[in-house]
Amino acid sequence: MHITDILVTGEPIIYGAMVSMALGGLAILFVLTYFKKWGWLWREWLTSVDHKKIGVMYILSALLMLFRGGVDAMMMRVQLAFPDLGFLNSQHYNEIFTTHGTIMIIFMAMPFLIGLMNIIVPLQIGARDFAFPYLNALSFWSFFFGMALFNISFVIGGSPDAGWTSYTPLSGAAMSPGPGQNFYLMGLQLSGIGTLATGINLMVTILKMRAPGMKLFHMPIFTWSTLVTCFIIVFAFPILTVALALLTIDRIFGSQFFTLTGEGLPMMWANLFWMWGHPEVYIVILPAFGIFSEVISTFAKKRLFGYNVMVWSMIVIALLSFLVWVHHFFTMGAGAFVNSVFSVSTMLIAVPTGVKIFNWLATLYKSKIEFTVPMLWSLAFIPSFILGGVTGVMLGMAAADYQFHNSYFLIAHFHYVLIAGTVFACFAGLVFWYPKMFGHKMNERLGRWAFWLFFFGFHVCFFPQYFLGLDGMPRRLFITNVAEWLPLNVISTVGAAGMALGFVVFVYNVYYSFRYSERETTGDSWNGNGRTLEWATTTPVPYYNFATVPYVDEIDPYVRMKEEGKTTFEEDKVKPIHMPSYTGQPFIFMALLGLASFGLIFEWMYLAVFGLIGGVVMMIRRSFDYDDGYYVSVEEIKETEKKARGL
Amino acid sequence: MKAKHLRNRWLGLLPLGLIFFLSGCGQLEMTVLDPKGPVAQSQYDLIVYSLWFMLGIIVVVFALFTYMIIKYRENRPGRKESDYDPNLHGNTTIEIIWTIIPVIIVILLSIPTVTTLFDLEKPPEPAAGEEEKEPLVVHATTADWKWFFSYPEQDIETVNYLHIPTDRPIEFRLTSADAMTALWIPALGGQKYNMAGMMTTLYLEADEEGGYDGRNSNFNGEGFAAQTFKVHAESEEDFNAWTQKIQNEAPELTADRYNELLKPGLTDVESFSSTHLDYVKHHTKDGMGYTIEHFRDLYGKKLDLYEIEKQESFQ
Repeated sequence: MHITDILVTGEPIIYGAMVSMALGGLAILFVLTYFKKWGWLWREWLTSVDHKKIGVMYILSALLMLFRGGVDAMMMRVQLAFPDLGFLNSQHYNEIFTTHGTIMIIFMAMPFLIGLMNIIVPLQIGARDFAFPYLNALSFWSFFFGMALFNISFVIGGSPDAGWTSYTPLSGAAMSPGPGQNFYLMGLQLSGIGTLATGINLMVTILKMRAPGMKLFHMPIFTWSTLVTCFIIVFAFPILTVALALLTIDRIFGSQFFTLTGEGLPMMWANLFWMWGHPEVYIVILPAFGIFSEVISTFAKKRLFGYNVMVWSMIVIALLSFLVWVHHFFTMGAGAFVNSVFSVSTMLIAVPTGVKIFNWLATLYKSKIEFTVPMLWSLAFIPSFILGGVTGVMLGMAAADYQFHNSYFLIAHFHYVLIAGTVFACFAGLVFWYPKMFGHKMNERLGRWAFWLFFFGFHVCFFPQYFLGLDGMPRRLFITNVAEWLPLNVISTVGAAGMALGFVVFVYNVYYSFRYSERETTGDSWNGNGRTLEWATTTPVPYYNFATVPYVDEIDPYVRMKEEGKTTFEEDKVKPIHMPSYTGQPFIFMALLGLASFGLIFEWMYLAVFGLIGGVVMMIRRSFDYDDGYYVSVEEIKETEKKARGL
Repeated sequence: MKAKHLRNRWLGLLPLGLIFFLSGCGQLEMTVLDPKGPVAQSQYDLIVYSLWFMLGIIVVVFALFTYMIIKYRENRPGRKESDYDPNLHGNTTIEIIWTIIPVIIVILLSIPTVTTLFDLEKPPEPAAGEEEKEPLVVHATTADWKWFFSYPEQDIETVNYLHIPTDRPIEFRLTSADAMTALWIPALGGQKYNMAGMMTTLYLEADEEGGYDGRNSNFNGEGFAAQTFKVHAESEEDFNAWTQKIQNEAPELTADRYNELLKPGLTDVESFSSTHLDYVKHHTKDGMGYTIEHFRDLYGKKLDLYEIEKQESFQ
């Protein structure tokens, strides 16, 4: 195969994207070379096993993907509002909604939340890093190369075009030949390794590395949400791994698991996909609940109402999340009894979720609400999410779902829960913990602009879509060919533009704040309202996190620590700290697996075998790795802490 | 000042939502909310029933939310000392109450859902005083990107359009020649999937004469947007006259012609005085791979179906 055969040709928009990607890439290369930053990049970032740096890399990648998925969304919205423009043809539109969905869920929502977990969870429990720092770096690079693979598909080989659910038989080799679907399979498979590893890693970290005295029911609620999420990841992701592997074998080696010929079972894919897919929804919403709980409690200046109930409701939601997958295809004809069971189990999820909503409202009761930017995102979540939640219950009523299924009513519902839930939480969490990560806050004024633009844009964009659905407009339709659908689609596109503008202001705020924001002097950035241990460290956080780990025997330990004048630097108790060494192995390992995946995508078996052997070599190399890390000396700790605390 | 500004914006949300809601529901112009048959009617009833609960929940939460953020904002003039209790962290009674109420709502929603589910598995009951009629059997088969409607009793087949008598249940037997699709006629009722190698049954009925829009609602590739059909619901006499006409005037559907039609692509409306059911049974294990085995090479090609964009409407 010649290189010109695998490049996507014939689309002006894609040529434009190619040119801008090439220019962007060259610009980065030039800047790195000109400022002699290659060594810095390798030593400080690519080889890092520091959970805080890995978290920052996750969040930067996720923001990049939010941009990519957002551009996809805007292109769809333009096409739907101006169908006469001939902006996108059917094939191009199909590719775009496929990449939009896949990127937003797999390469935006999850990594964004995992990035926040990476940075915050060890700080909240008084740990010095993850239980397995090497594995953490491995996770990030597997995600990164999976993401890179998936994203180059639209210039090399062609994007997948069977929807983010990739239903067989449509996505099988017979009906979707070529590398497009393979990009989907290998991109998800490679990044899935990282997600599963992170699940195990965080689970062990939380279970084994808490501060002395901290029982499970003393943990901050965000850590709790992370722990519950990790259990979902560990049980759900293997299903995806198997499903992807089976479909890959189908497509590349000609087996018949999901095919129409050879007595395959195409509908088994839908089952496997949603047995992972529904828990996945809770993987991206539970951490969001955790973030909102932290932010609301902090800026209400009050303890979280019903902490135990909050925890138990998350556990119940996690259990129920595995028992509802059939509600994604009530219309498959499984019969009234099966649909009744899954209908009731689906509606039951509303109970623990409703309890959580009331707990947040009760947290606001007799509080002192301060309307900071993270609080605005969190408060906006409550009414917005309710609109998504109640329509979710309506969708759960199977008999009515026959009319809602595959329509814009469904589209509106899941954007209401995923944006008002997950995306609002990502923004809330990022702004909230921003000073902890970068040593300065984001500008409040610009932050408010970004919030209000995004918030109103969101409602204007998605609220009309409920009515489009009730008027019979199906999802994944590239052209609004019924005249009555057009006005609401135009309104929706205006809203989408508002969201885009909000995002632009948000990104500009990153730059603006980097230039002009005041640098933090204390670790307790929000007017001393911090409640949990992450605020007890200095800002910027020293690489070993805590000079001395405090004894914790209650919820919100930092509140009492402040009352008693305690810090995480008790000079007489400082001991040498054991830290892991940086290593380039995870990067190289995953780059090799990325290469192998690339080979499989184009069915270039020599390349695939080479990459896989390389991977095995890296595993052997790791097995004989005797680098046990190093100790930070007491003098260095004291010097760092005194400088940071101005003692 | 700032806080007041904020409050106004929050309150602005309520009428905004209400305007949308009323402009949408008030006119009852939306297809799903304007049922033309007993199946769509039962789903409409269920939707409206649930909507009252949902509105109730929304009103309660929005009201509590508005109260909290106005009363307990930090810089509200006239805040009292008693308005702040940082250690308040639970109240068993109230927590039990707000757990039980959602449970009751779920039960109240589950009962009609389950009964409707079981009802939808059977042909719709005739209206009071009317005799029960045998359902009309129509095989609805999809192939990329068209609909075949076979009437075995009448021994006729149509492509991309459907005639049905009113006030008589239609028993759709759904299957697909290739990708998974779904038959959806929102005015008459909810959808169900068409799958190769399987046959699903969907009962619908029209109680008003007229033309309704039907489509495939499950994405199946490039020509998805054009996979629509018009439903002509007419009186029993008109329907019989139509079947007579097709039987007399339309050509037979030969195996060759059917194979030609199965190939991926768009086709216009067509009528035949025989069905394809004798040639291939897509819903059986033997027939499920038929189209792929015959036309595998054609699926790889991008068809560049630009004509979709040019058409105002596909019927």
